[in-house]
Amino acid sequence: MDPLMLFKYGGNIVEFGRGFFPPDFTDCRMYLEETLVTVQIAIWGTVLAIVCAIPLGILCSENLVPWTVSQPTRRLMDVFRAINEMVYAMLFVVVVGLGPFAGVMALWVHTTGVLAKLFAEAVEASDPRPVEGIRATGASWLQEVIFGVIPQVLTLWISYSLYRFESNVRSATVLGLVGAGGIGQVLWEDVRGFYYAQTAAVMIIIVIAVSLLDLLSQRMRKAFQ
Amino acid sequence: MSAVRITDLSKSFRGGCRALDAVTLSIGPAEMVALIGASGSGKSTLLRHIAGLIDADRHAGEARIDILGQVMQSGGRLSRHCRRIRAEVGFVFQQFNLVSRLSVMTNVLLGTLGRIPRWRGCLGLFSAEERNQALDALRRVGIADVALQRASTLSGGQQQRAAIARTLVQRAKLILADEPIASLDPASAVKVMDALATINREDGITVLVSLHQVDYAIRYCPRTIAMLAGRVVYDGPSSALTPAFLNELYGSESKDLLLGPKACKPADEAPYPAELAYVR
Repeated sequence: MDPLMLFKYGGNIVEFGRGFFPPDFTDCRMYLEETLVTVQIAIWGTVLAIVCAIPLGILCSENLVPWTVSQPTRRLMDVFRAINEMVYAMLFVVVVGLGPFAGVMALWVHTTGVLAKLFAEAVEASDPRPVEGIRATGASWLQEVIFGVIPQVLTLWISYSLYRFESNVRSATVLGLVGAGGIGQVLWEDVRGFYYAQTAAVMIIIVIAVSLLDLLSQRMRKAFQ
Repeated sequence: MSAVRITDLSKSFRGGCRALDAVTLSIGPAEMVALIGASGSGKSTLLRHIAGLIDADRHAGEARIDILGQVMQSGGRLSRHCRRIRAEVGFVFQQFNLVSRLSVMTNVLLGTLGRIPRWRGCLGLFSAEERNQALDALRRVGIADVALQRASTLSGGQQQRAAIARTLVQRAKLILADEPIASLDPASAVKVMDALATINREDGITVLVSLHQVDYAIRYCPRTIAMLAGRVVYDGPSSALTPAFLNELYGSESKDLLLGPKACKPADEAPYPAELAYVR
């Protein structure tokens, strides 16, 4: 590695940078549509993951189920979480073909692993006393969970889910690199075709979209606290 | 048929601590019984066994607990029907154990979970009749006006009375109260004990209440069971619990049990001499 290259070939870098200006918004409409697809990928991936992570998170909680259930579930969640969503996206592109569905599947699997762990940690930190109060009324195990545990952890669960949604919007913008649809795919094609002015426009749109969604999600998280 | 019958119940916790040692006792229907003893004497452990929240030692022979004629646990194993039996046993905890984020009304309605169809309980679909029962129960314990507030906004005394209302909605035939007044101020403590005594008198519900203040036992319960280091050391009329007798039972520890009277009297009075502490 030679850091001095940055100076030696400084002229090239300036020329490369110049290629990005002025950004070319001619295809702005298409970019916005693809950004919308990206956001939709993130929403679907997150929502499906939440739906799966609720039961799986409860099955990971050592204070609710015997270890013979929690340990295998935890290991399965480790598998879901350990592999990056990009890798899943590459695999799902092979399974379901190019396009947004592969992106949704990738986010779904990875986020389920992450959220199940976070949900379980919230459950394990919850107060056992209300649960015992409900158990003493003769309630079933499921009723103990619904009325004793969930009211305690719900705000935390919502907060974690919204945070994962923010991260998933960011992840979804690059899923296109492996052909999993959305604005990432456009970005990748522009970079590979040396269309730097268009690339700049796409990047600006991504920055604006991600910032707006972050703000929105932060507001919502505050509202639920 | 006795409300509670315990035969030869022993329990050791990990680390060899012996919490209960061959406890045998029986409580008749509609009795109001106090369970006294210093902290660590096994009162809570005994109550939690009766409620089927923990099981006894397995190696210690035929330990057995019958509730209202049904076996709750025997030989250290909880009955398969323990949830059904629990539905008939109300439990009032020292720390109230309400779900603080739910409303008082919902907390009280949760008392119905053991007796309504399971799917309806899971979805929280309580009928208008059940809601009326919950409101009636809250009225009886004097806190109907806070029914729609979150449980966490209530004072300790109010929360404890909400917990008692839950046992009423549960239609418990036996109420176990584990130090229900230990974390309350004297005025709230009297209200909570009054609520328990009223339920016992008017509905004929058996009440077993653990206390560590003897004067409350004498004031509210005709019969007292005294525990020391996991054993029952006295079981008889509360009126026999003179300071001299307590001193005989507990030695120097009896002072802890006698601290109670201060809580029952107005603050500006001079301290009682120990002999006068039990005057009602």
